[in-house]
Amino acid sequence: MTPILEAVGASHAVRGREILSDISLRLHPGETLGLIGPNGSGKSTLMGMMAGLLRPSRGEIRLEGRPMARLGRRQIARRLALVAQSAETAERITVRDAVELGRTPWLGPLRPWGAQDDDAVAAALDAVDMAHMAGRDWASLSGGERQRVHIARAHAQAPRVLLLDEPTNHLDIHHQIAILDLVAQLSVTTVIALHDLHHALRCDRIMVLRAGRCVALGPPMEILTPALIREIFAVEAEIIPHPGGGRPVFAFQRLA
Amino acid sequence: MRARAATRSTGRNRGWLWLAPAVLVAALLFGTAVGETRIPLATVIEVLAVKAGLGSAALDPIDASVIWHYRLSRAVVAACGGASLALSGLILQALLRNPLAEPYLLGISAGASTGAVTVAVAGIGAGLLSMSAGAFAGALTAFALVAALARAAGGGTGMRGAGVIILAGIAGSQMFNALTALIIAQSASAEQARGIMFWLLGNLSGVRWPDSWVAVPMAALALGVALWHARALDAFAFGAESAASLGIDLRRTQVLLIGTASLATAIMVSIAGAIGFVGLVVPHAMRILVGPRHARLVPATALAGAVFLVLSDVVSRIVIPGQVLPIGVITALVGAPAFAVVMIRGRQR
Repeated sequence: MTPILEAVGASHAVRGREILSDISLRLHPGETLGLIGPNGSGKSTLMGMMAGLLRPSRGEIRLEGRPMARLGRRQIARRLALVAQSAETAERITVRDAVELGRTPWLGPLRPWGAQDDDAVAAALDAVDMAHMAGRDWASLSGGERQRVHIARAHAQAPRVLLLDEPTNHLDIHHQIAILDLVAQLSVTTVIALHDLHHALRCDRIMVLRAGRCVALGPPMEILTPALIREIFAVEAEIIPHPGGGRPVFAFQRLA
Repeated sequence: MRARAATRSTGRNRGWLWLAPAVLVAALLFGTAVGETRIPLATVIEVLAVKAGLGSAALDPIDASVIWHYRLSRAVVAACGGASLALSGLILQALLRNPLAEPYLLGISAGASTGAVTVAVAGIGAGLLSMSAGAFAGALTAFALVAALARAAGGGTGMRGAGVIILAGIAGSQMFNALTALIIAQSASAEQARGIMFWLLGNLSGVRWPDSWVAVPMAALALGVALWHARALDAFAFGAESAASLGIDLRRTQVLLIGTASLATAIMVSIAGAIGFVGLVVPHAMRILVGPRHARLVPATALAGAVFLVLSDVVSRIVIPGQVLPIGVITALVGAPAFAVVMIRGRQR
């Protein structure tokens, strides 16, 4: 089976210095991959490269088996959507305006807005439970609402791959869970950069990055051992089984 | 609900577009009818009708000449220039995500002036087309310099970044204006210098029909390019990276749109000098009236820019009896306070 998104020895260099080295990854249709790593470990760079916004200095990224470098921006945008960190606007746009932007790769001067675009926008607004707020101004939305609108915009793009760069940042715990549940119920292949290791446990697989290198890749329960957490995040971690049989919880402590 | 949604993005509120030609014609008629010499409206219409081949009355040759050769050509060029400058401002504001972006404030007009004056003084080829080419080269040089300076100074998006690129624009304007003054002082004869200084302030007095052969296609081109890219301009709402992830080819779009804005500014500068603030005031006023979506904003801005400059030209001719003010004075009198308002509102955000 061809992986839907694939990195082959992909590296990224800024002014000759590699900030991401030899990342190889095969993403299977339908799976959710979590990206874990300390600040500055290269998560956003990897996201940008997988979104086709940054060109690998070595290696390549393939989307549905085709090298990203040979695809046009429009072709990429019809297959892959990116929810970047805190994208803001000063324009006085409404929730619906923002979600309608997701249809951009499907439209052109000779392919005007049509009924299927309305359907896609309505479905996207429903998916994030924002249909009742479609007429609200962007400026009046809370952080969680803005994040939901960004996800709806990505949903309206009808992608097969969804990239989310720390979508739970700056949200309270209720909205963090709501966003993760929302993403989990979308039936697309997802790559999600996360800081909270508890959230990472919800992913099918996780990739752990440190200083631009992949340190581990696999199911979270196999990867997130106290030894690895100590090595990567420099904290002592204890894994405590959930009394009700749910996902375990971590207790962290500074290294002695 | 669904039915309402369906009309929203396809045809909602497009009815006013049919009014646009009527409004434009009314403004042109007004611009033609008002002037230092009082000519009755009936005479104006009669002259226009005869010139358009719709009748054959006996005309007063002086009236006919004033109306046809001086006023109508001037009104047409003013309309095209207003549309071009307003669209340039709209494009720059969207692409740079900067509410203060405008050809005049970014130094593009000043660069175009330097280019046009260089060609005029050096006498390369002479004539409008070579001056336009010189202005275009100057405009692109100025924009490249200002953009590089803003980047070096760490300008990004948001209000702080907006400040940085405007500061870079001021530095660029000052430098190019100084260069222009230097070129005039060094090389121009006294008579040339007087003519150039008058033209530099923004002036439509010398406009005749040949100017419209360049101004009309330019306005049409700017409108066409902006309309063609209406969705691309929308896609920049959340920044360039977001636009790219929505399928916009950044390099191509930026080169084409900023090139068009620079060319439109350059053509206008080579015809009528540097007219400021049209590109700032008109797009902001239209955003309030028709909203932020470019499918509506682009035609509204073009129309309002055209009407605004025709009216400004009329005001410049009649506000002080017996004296014609440079049109740039009028647009700056309206534009500077508008600039202040945009700045204060940006701060509150």
